[in-house]
Amino acid sequence: MTSRTQGYSGSADYIASKPLMEIVNVAVALKKPLVVKGEPGTGKTLLAHSIAEALDKKLLIWNIKSTTKAKDGLYVYDTVQRLNDARFKDKDISDIRQYIKHGKLGQAFMSDVQVILLIDEIDKADVEFPNDLLNELDEMSFHIPELDEEVTAKHRPIVIITSNSEKELPDAFLRRCIFYYIEFPDNDMMEKIVRVHYPDIEVKVVKESLKRFYWIREMDGLRKKPSTSELLDWIKALTLGGVNIEKFTSELPFLGTLLKNEQDTERFARLSNAQGGAGFKRRF
Amino acid sequence: MFIQFFYLLRRKGVPVSVTEWMSFIEALYNGYFQSSLNHLYYIGRAFLVKSEAYYDMYDLAFQEFFGGISTEGLELDKVLDWLENPLNRLPKLSPEEMAEFQKQIEEFRKNHDMDELMRQFRERLKEQTERHDGGHKWIGTGGTSPFGAYGHHPGGIRVGGESWMQSAAKVAGERRFKNYRNDIILDVRQTKVALKKLRELKREGAEEELDIDLTIDKTAKEGGEIELVFSRSRENSTRLILLMDTGGSMLPYVELCEKLFSAASQMEHFKEFKYYFFHNCIYQDIYEDMANYKRIPTEKLFSNFHKGYKVIIVGDARMAYSELFDVNGNIDYFYTNDKPGIEWLVKVKEHFPHTAWLNPTHKSYWGHYTVDTIGKIFPMFELTVDGLKDAIKSLKSKTKRTLQN
Repeated sequence: MTSRTQGYSGSADYIASKPLMEIVNVAVALKKPLVVKGEPGTGKTLLAHSIAEALDKKLLIWNIKSTTKAKDGLYVYDTVQRLNDARFKDKDISDIRQYIKHGKLGQAFMSDVQVILLIDEIDKADVEFPNDLLNELDEMSFHIPELDEEVTAKHRPIVIITSNSEKELPDAFLRRCIFYYIEFPDNDMMEKIVRVHYPDIEVKVVKESLKRFYWIREMDGLRKKPSTSELLDWIKALTLGGVNIEKFTSELPFLGTLLKNEQDTERFARLSNAQGGAGFKRRF
Repeated sequence: MFIQFFYLLRRKGVPVSVTEWMSFIEALYNGYFQSSLNHLYYIGRAFLVKSEAYYDMYDLAFQEFFGGISTEGLELDKVLDWLENPLNRLPKLSPEEMAEFQKQIEEFRKNHDMDELMRQFRERLKEQTERHDGGHKWIGTGGTSPFGAYGHHPGGIRVGGESWMQSAAKVAGERRFKNYRNDIILDVRQTKVALKKLRELKREGAEEELDIDLTIDKTAKEGGEIELVFSRSRENSTRLILLMDTGGSMLPYVELCEKLFSAASQMEHFKEFKYYFFHNCIYQDIYEDMANYKRIPTEKLFSNFHKGYKVIIVGDARMAYSELFDVNGNIDYFYTNDKPGIEWLVKVKEHFPHTAWLNPTHKSYWGHYTVDTIGKIFPMFELTVDGLKDAIKSLKSKTKRTLQN
């Protein structure tokens, strides 16, 4: 099928599961926004980077913050600047156009080639935020009342939206998107991911560190579970530090790369003592 | 042809809309499923299910609808064996031949119902016992039968191709998303309306809203010199924790509690909404799931959430005397508590001053010593729309009192 041969199939430094690849391709082919949800550290944001690289398209990133308004993505009419300029008569303020600045979505529409637009962490914004974008994403056009102009997408951008599931997204919005939930990678998948990043590393080191990684993740009551990026940092630290495998079984070096706050470290120490040694009784 | 699947999904509680179904059908007609159940499973899920909370229901529906096919999954291995190492690969076709081929495919689609083809495929699978190459009836390679691989039959069923992680029906059968399911859709509007009252509008965040009135005032005072005044925008800052009793005596009120829970979780109105479960009384652990498997220490409630959180506890407060007052008095035989339940309740009250208890039983049944005791710790209200309104009033009035202090 053409979708497979021409489409996205992961990139050199990103491992995507088969279903995810297929869904990316369908989303691209059907020109629908793709909503990717999942735990932090499952590679939602990287997915967009990877798609951009694989399809060789420019990537525009719209980082959403709690104060972001939908209109910011389209354009901002800087009235305050204009008002300010009006005070000193040295500038011509009659051309409103110079005070209209396009946001990321606006830029994606104006682009002469098809781009990939990443709307990152859409759930950070107000709950009504996604609804405010409905029409724009549907029609791929918006109206600027100040200029009485219609901005229509020259090429429909490929829209990737990520969500950390902090807030539920509105139904009306989801109805127009394709949805994919990335599960936290399991042992085998994680091994592949590590391999992509550190191809030369010893198999044994990877296996051992993964064992411990998943053990820590399963500990109860951690404030922040370590995720993929922490694991990669940790393995890097381990290899750079030249830790030998023998020592590895009795203690965990460079714990700070995995557990980022004091309470977690304490809790880890307590639990691992309670479970005996490095505490693998429970799982292994 | 899958329209029954649509209704099945809706019956199972997956809120699929017609828009979503139409996009799914569009994808279907564009051939993205590659005649594979796995593709159908994953792509169908991406199109039709928009929250991992419904993945479990989707799995169930998928299994019910396509489940019959999964039994043939085992047989497919055998079929794939027959299809291995084809005698000859597909020949290159000229454009004219391709056009002719295309025409054949369309004709075939016109004359053959997909369901019918599937049925034939299954029948043939039953009859066939060995490998076939180059024939026109059996499942094989290089032939012109509608079934098989590397063959010439236009529009037939292709068996095999890339192998996915697992068979779809098997993935569906695993029901890995069971724990994400949290919702039962009921008519919850009234509850929602009541909960809406629970809000505190506060000006929070960066000062970025241009305050026009103040700007005009200031500018006028400055004699026309433009002076810009910004202010913060108003937001609801209510954070709510819901603690729910899952004890046996609560069974008759499950539906009522579900309504409250559904309403609260659908609100998208609170700054933060957390929920936990407990069994009869709160001890050193509370639970993240209804079945009381995922235990988290109650202390974590205190360390993670500051006292500004509002807490609503739902329970009948009716238990054995020992469950409330005795060490190791809890109802679960395998669970020990070194502090009696009442101490924990007082701790909750001390940490969260804005706590209300909602009791699903009727007020006239409250004359019970544990209910009375708990009623003295927390303000207790009936779990009715009116009771909820009162509870919210009490949660709010306390806020005011502490603010004044």
